[in-house]
Parts: sequence; C-alpha cells; structure tokens
Amino acid sequence: MGQGREILGSEGRLGYAPRDAFAEERGKPVAERFRLIVNGTESELEASPDTPLLYALRNDLRLIGTRFGCGSGQCGACFVLIDGDPAPACDTPLWAVAGKRITTVEGLSKGRELHPLQHAFLAEQAAQCGYCTSGILISAAALLAKNPMPTEREVREALDRNLCRCGSHNRVVRAVLRAAQE
Amino acid sequence: MNTVAETRLKRPGSLEKNPRLSQWLRVHRDGTVSIYSGKVEIGQGILTALAQIAAEELGIGLDRIRMVPADTAASPDEGVTSGSLSIQDSGVALRCACAQARALLLERAAARIGVSARDLQVTDGAVRGAGRSTSFWECADDALFDREIDETAALRSPADYGVVGKPTPRRDLPDKIAGRPHFIQDIALPGMLYGRVVRPPHNFAGLISLDDSKIKSMPGLAAIVRDGGFVGVLAEREDVAISAQRALRLTATWREDGPAPRDVYTWLKEHAAEHRVISERNNVEAKSRAAKVLEASYTKPYISHASIGPSCAIAQVDEGKLTVWSHSQGIFNLRRDLALALGMREDAIVVRHAEGAGCYGHNGADDAALDAALLARAAGGRPVQVQWMRDDEFAWAPCGPAMALSLRAALDSQGDIVDWQHELWSNGHSSRPGRAHGPALAAAWHLAKPHERPSAINMPLPAGAADRNAIPIYDFPNQRVVNHYVHEMPVRTSALRSLGAYANVFAIESFMDELAQAAEIDAIAFRLRHLRDPRGRAVIDTAARRAEWSGWKPVEGRGHGIGFAKYKNLGAYCAAIAEVEVDHEVRVNRLVLAVDVGLVINPDGVINQIEGGAIQATSWTLKEEVKLDARGIASLGWEDYPILKFSEVPAVEVELIDRPELPSVGAGEAAQGPTGAAIANAVSHALGLRVRDLPLTHERIAAAISQST
Repeated sequence: MGQGREILGSEGRLGYAPRDAFAEERGKPVAERFRLIVNGTESELEASPDTPLLYALRNDLRLIGTRFGCGSGQCGACFVLIDGDPAPACDTPLWAVAGKRITTVEGLSKGRELHPLQHAFLAEQAAQCGYCTSGILISAAALLAKNPMPTEREVREALDRNLCRCGSHNRVVRAVLRAAQE
Repeated sequence: MNTVAETRLKRPGSLEKNPRLSQWLRVHRDGTVSIYSGKVEIGQGILTALAQIAAEELGIGLDRIRMVPADTAASPDEGVTSGSLSIQDSGVALRCACAQARALLLERAAARIGVSARDLQVTDGAVRGAGRSTSFWECADDALFDREIDETAALRSPADYGVVGKPTPRRDLPDKIAGRPHFIQDIALPGMLYGRVVRPPHNFAGLISLDDSKIKSMPGLAAIVRDGGFVGVLAEREDVAISAQRALRLTATWREDGPAPRDVYTWLKEHAAEHRVISERNNVEAKSRAAKVLEASYTKPYISHASIGPSCAIAQVDEGKLTVWSHSQGIFNLRRDLALALGMREDAIVVRHAEGAGCYGHNGADDAALDAALLARAAGGRPVQVQWMRDDEFAWAPCGPAMALSLRAALDSQGDIVDWQHELWSNGHSSRPGRAHGPALAAAWHLAKPHERPSAINMPLPAGAADRNAIPIYDFPNQRVVNHYVHEMPVRTSALRSLGAYANVFAIESFMDELAQAAEIDAIAFRLRHLRDPRGRAVIDTAARRAEWSGWKPVEGRGHGIGFAKYKNLGAYCAAIAEVEVDHEVRVNRLVLAVDVGLVINPDGVINQIEGGAIQATSWTLKEEVKLDARGIASLGWEDYPILKFSEVPAVEVELIDRPELPSVGAGEAAQGPTGAAIANAVSHALGLRVRDLPLTHERIAAAISQST
C-alpha cells in the first residue's frame, strides 16, 4: 500500500517531485472488483465500494456524457437510469448498483442512430450550454417509457429534478412533446 | 502638425489590436477554412454566428468553416468574451478580414486563369472563367494573407445575404445532445492526475492549522500540496481526490476575515468611498413646474452565477513551460495573471480555451486555472485536472454585487416628469484577471507569499458597470445621477450578466410605474410620452401589441407590467411584458419580449439568448439571494440557493425587429433588466402595492403588505 507524498519545500513553498516520482504504480484503494451492466454491456472494474457510480462511469468506463453538477443528487446533471428509473450517479455508491441495469445518455442511442428525444432536441435547438442536457434526456426518456403521450404539465413535473441555468426549459419541453408525437 | 498615424481612424472591432489578415483565417487545400477568433463559446452560440459571418463574406458554404478554439499561441487577442460585444468586436473584424480574403483569392484566381476578376464565376469557392477553372483552395497559401488588413475592402450588401440572417443550428449542439465529449470536464490526458483544493467555505484570512497525518496514508493519494494557506491534494482517481479534500478540510482551522455585514444595504451606504455625479441636466423653468414629488428606495441582493457545471481546469508543466486548458472568458488576461501569480514569464505559458458549462460572467474558471497550475507544478510533469465542488463554486466564485438605489422625481400638473434623481451604492462590478496590479486569482491571495486581493472596479461610462443603465434613456429636463462606489468588499464581487443594469433598470422602471400611477396615466403611455428614441418606442409598441396590453381584463390576484431598456444605453433595445399571478408565491405565467439588435445574424440564436436571459432573470427576480451569515457566504448548495424549476418557468414569446441596415449589437444581456422590472411591475399591479426589495419572495411580499397597513 502506497503512502501519500507531502510536498513541502522550504518556507512552505511548493516543492517539486522528481519527474518520475508519480510514474510508479501508486497504492491502490481498498478495492473490490465490480461487475456493472451499463448500456447492456457487462464491464468489470476495480474500485472502492463507496466510489460514486459517476466516477466509475466517467473515468473508468469513459462514458463522459454523465456529468458532475453538485455531488448530492440535487441538480440532475448526472442522472442515469437504474433499472429504468432516473437516479443521480453522483450520489449512488458502486455497491448499490452491482447487478442492476444502468443506462447512460450514451445508451439512449442505438449505435450511431440517435434516440427520438435526441432528434427532437436538435430540431428544437433545445440547449444553450448543454451541460445539463444528458441528465434531462435521461429524465425525459424515463417519462416517455412510462407515459408515451404526456401533457406539457406532466413533462415539466417530470423534469423538476433537473436544473437548467441557461433558461432552455421551454425548448426542452417542446422537444420532449415533439419526441412523444413522433 | 498631425502625423498620419495620429489622424488614422481606429480600425473597426478587434482589428485595431490584431491588424494582420493571417491572424484571422487560413484557407486549406481540402476545401475548408479555419477561422481564428479570440472570442469563446460559453453556451451563447457565438461560434455559430461568427461562422455565419465568415461564410457569408467568403461566399462559401457554412460547412466549410472550421472555428478554431481560442488559444494564446494561435488566436488574435480579443480581450474578454463579455459585455455582449463579440459580434461587434469579432464579427466586425471577421467580416472585414473575410471580405479582403475573398478579394485576394479572386485576384489570384484571375491571374491564374488569365482573365479579369470581373469575368469570373464563383460558386462556393470554385472559380471558372474563359473555359478554365481553379478554386480558392488551390489559390491560397500562407503568403497571400501575410499582410495588413485593408478595412476598406468592399463588404457584401446585407440585401444579398444568404447565410447571415437565416436561423442556423448551433454547431456545438450535436455533440452535447449525443452525450459525446465536448466540455473541458471531459478531457482526459494520458497520465492525468485529479486535484482538489481545500478551501474554507467562507471568507479567507489565513490557515491556522492542518492535520494531514491521517490523510497521508489514504490509498491512491499521490500528494498533498501546500503553499502557505493554499492546500491541495492530488490523486490517481477523482473520487479519491474528493475524499481526501473532504477529510483534510475537516482537520483545517482557518483564521476568519472580519464578520460579514448584518444589513448589507445600510453597510453599503455607510462605506461608500467615492461619489461621482455621472449625469446632470438642469432646466430651472421646468423644475419650477414641479407639483408632486415622489421618492423610493430599492435593493438588489448578491446573486450567484450558479452554473450547473462547477469550474474546471487542466494544467501541465513540461520543461518549464506551462500549458493550461481553461473555460476562461479571457485567455490572454488569464495568462498574464497566471504569470504574475506563478512568477513565470508570459511566453512560457499557453492558455487554451476548452468549453465549460454555461457562463454568465466572471465565475471560478480563472481561479480553477491557477489551482490546476499550482498542483501541476508538484505533479512531476503529469497533467492535473481540477474541478471545483458545488460548495467551492458557491463560496468562491465572485458574486454579482448587492446594490442599494434611491430615486426621487417630480411631476408637473400635466403628469410630465420635470426632475429625476437616481443614486446607487455598490461595490465594483469587475475584478477580472488582467486589469489589476496583482493577479485576480483566488489561490494567489493564499500563498505563503500572498498577493493582495484586488478590489472590484467599475469600467467607465458610457458602458459603465455599477452605473450601467443608471442614466435614464427617457427625456427629462432635469436629472442627476450619482454613483457611490464602495471599495471595501465583504463578499468577492465581479461581473454577472448585465452588471448594474439589472438593478438600475429594475429601479428606474419600477419608479416609472410609481410615477405613472401618481399621474394616473397608463404605464406604457406614460413611458412613450417621455421617450423620443424611435427604436425604443418601436420595441415598446411591438411588445404591447403582442401581449394585447390594452385588452387586459382585471382578475383578482393577477397583474401585468412592462420593463424597458436599451442595454448599456448603447446596445440592444428590449421591452418585456410580464403577466403574473400572486397568492402565496408569485407565479409568472407569460413573458412577451420585443427586441431590436440591429442586423440579426442568427435569428434563432438571438431568440434563444433572449428566452434564456428572460428565464434566468425571472429566477433572479423571484428567488435568488446569496445568504450571508457572520462568517460570509452561507448559500453553499442548491437547497440554500434555489433557482427556477421547469414547472415554474413562464411561457416566453420573443419578437425580433430586424434592421438589416443597422449594425449588429449583442443580445446576451438585453433581457435581464427589462424582465426583472416587468415582473416587479406586474406584481405591484396584482397586489396594489409596491415591493421594492428583490427577490420577490413570499417573505418580501408579506413584509411589504405589513408595511403598507
């Protein structure tokens, strides 16, 4: 098990680690092997059981469409489907999802063919910065799976756990209603 | 005697600072054109609009344009992407550059073919004449554009436009909607370490102690980095860096800064250091007609940027050279401040722009860049990514300043305003990098040899900052406007979308309604009798027609209201009409906005910016206030700082008045002031009493009701 290295030069100035000081394999966390079913594919990774699913997705599996927003499940930027229900990946530890079916935004499309929601978002130009978009698509996909012809009010309520700061809300709602029509 | 250089007119837009044609574009053999702009995509769609301008002047398809991300090593220095100026700065420059480039390419094509340029047929870069053909792609080489810009090059007439003025899909949205890597947060460089910085959740005056004995042995931790009160961790895994940051923070004790003021508005009035009369107009005869005098005071709280994606940066030190990836709005200014903070030469630093989440002003992007650079210096050449946590962002990104405003006016017996006074108290609205003596980057103030934290300043008028839009656009015979600048900063403040304009327009337009009521004149008719500017009158008329203002049917608990401004008194005209319903809370049902930005480049882009600005301003106006406790900022998460939710968002209708014959101005900030004012006026209309303190929460309304009875 490796030791952390404190880098403290004289007078508290930054010291410099030798160029190759970090090249060696550092001590690994108290890790377990996890088998995750993400977008229909089984993947194995080694991490601490408390690791939030978000970092396993983004950094271990390189599924970066799921994004960090708050770390406490309050903004929706990191929503994924867990057995079909939207849930915050930032707040869900790996131990809680072993064996469950996880769908990320990358799993909405079929190969290169985008999900009808994604086509509708493009048609409505339903984003500005786009950082919250993945999580919103996940919530919307969950809604349409349960309620294929929602009213505008139902769409808004289904998206209330997703925050958008740029003010793209109405375009997003129009896009979800358009996708439901198609 | 004047020399030629002294009498030369300034070149338009950003050409003055970047006068070489080769700085702006490069034509490739493969039939594409690289466009170099110093302006950056911050979620506003600017790269799409600039690509349209370039394609239009070059006369080629939009899909041939490649927008090169801004980079201090390759891009023109266009200062900061702020102030709704990108179309004016970069758009104007690119329009000239691309017009000249096309003329040069045609000249060369003509020489190749052996006919005059007039006799060429040109389609999408393919050139034919006298039975022979060539193309822009064959004719271009680096030497061709290695010359000074000729700003007199003939520009295409807007009447002939085919790309500019057409709704154009955003170039960045396909990636973002498909969930593909696009953001700086998505970049993974080989060998990259993850860094986090340990900061107190409130104002900083120094680190007293830190116990890293337990954290040192945390598995997966690569390093703990300290420089005075700057403390960071490096780890192989991002989740380990976060755990280490959290654990280390629990062991830290901080010396606290002075207590935050209990009543910030009183505090501002007591601490004003400079008092400047920014506008004065005197007409004794008109003043003598004063029949009725009204006074009112308004307040606007600190507001947070509250972007959904916290600030992020990547840095790598290699052979004494530092490369930084940042979503900064001003990469050259950031480079200068990084050099100051790190004691490096600017030419040893490259800053590359990579897109972040939505940016609405000076947020934590630049600070995160220094965090990453400091950690990268200890990473043995490996790249380091730092992303702020949600509470870092709320506690450490600068806030939009709190403001107090007092207005006073006199009406004559005809209901005309004969005297107008406006005073405002505020901290400065800009503490961006690149403008002070020292680095304006948070970590620099905490180092063992600390740099002094610069105070926020105000940019000069006519654009102004705290006093942006404080000078009324209405025609009053007497007026006096005073900006009381507060130097001391209990909370770090800087630029937030529209700066002082949001509060000044809220106050002016609220007060116009109060005066209209006193004069017993309809709010729109009252404005129009004080406004000569025909473009201003046109947006008010257009919004009123679209909202069917005169057909309003009174319903208990409902109201409508208008707000109007010309952004900065220089830019876009915007009139907003709000329809609200008030019971326990305020609900905005509908917003109608009419906007004039001159020549419209991308109509859907402008509408998207106005819609977004209006919805964000609705959120500010109904909900937002950074809470302070004795230690500083107490709003550290979404539970303490709620923003507008999907089910609370009003219907928004935008009408554009296109003016192809007039220069384009920016759209990004035009809606903020008018929307806030329109909502406040509608709430007052619904309640029959005035709420003068933002945000218009249940508590504020209850307080206004109890004061009035």
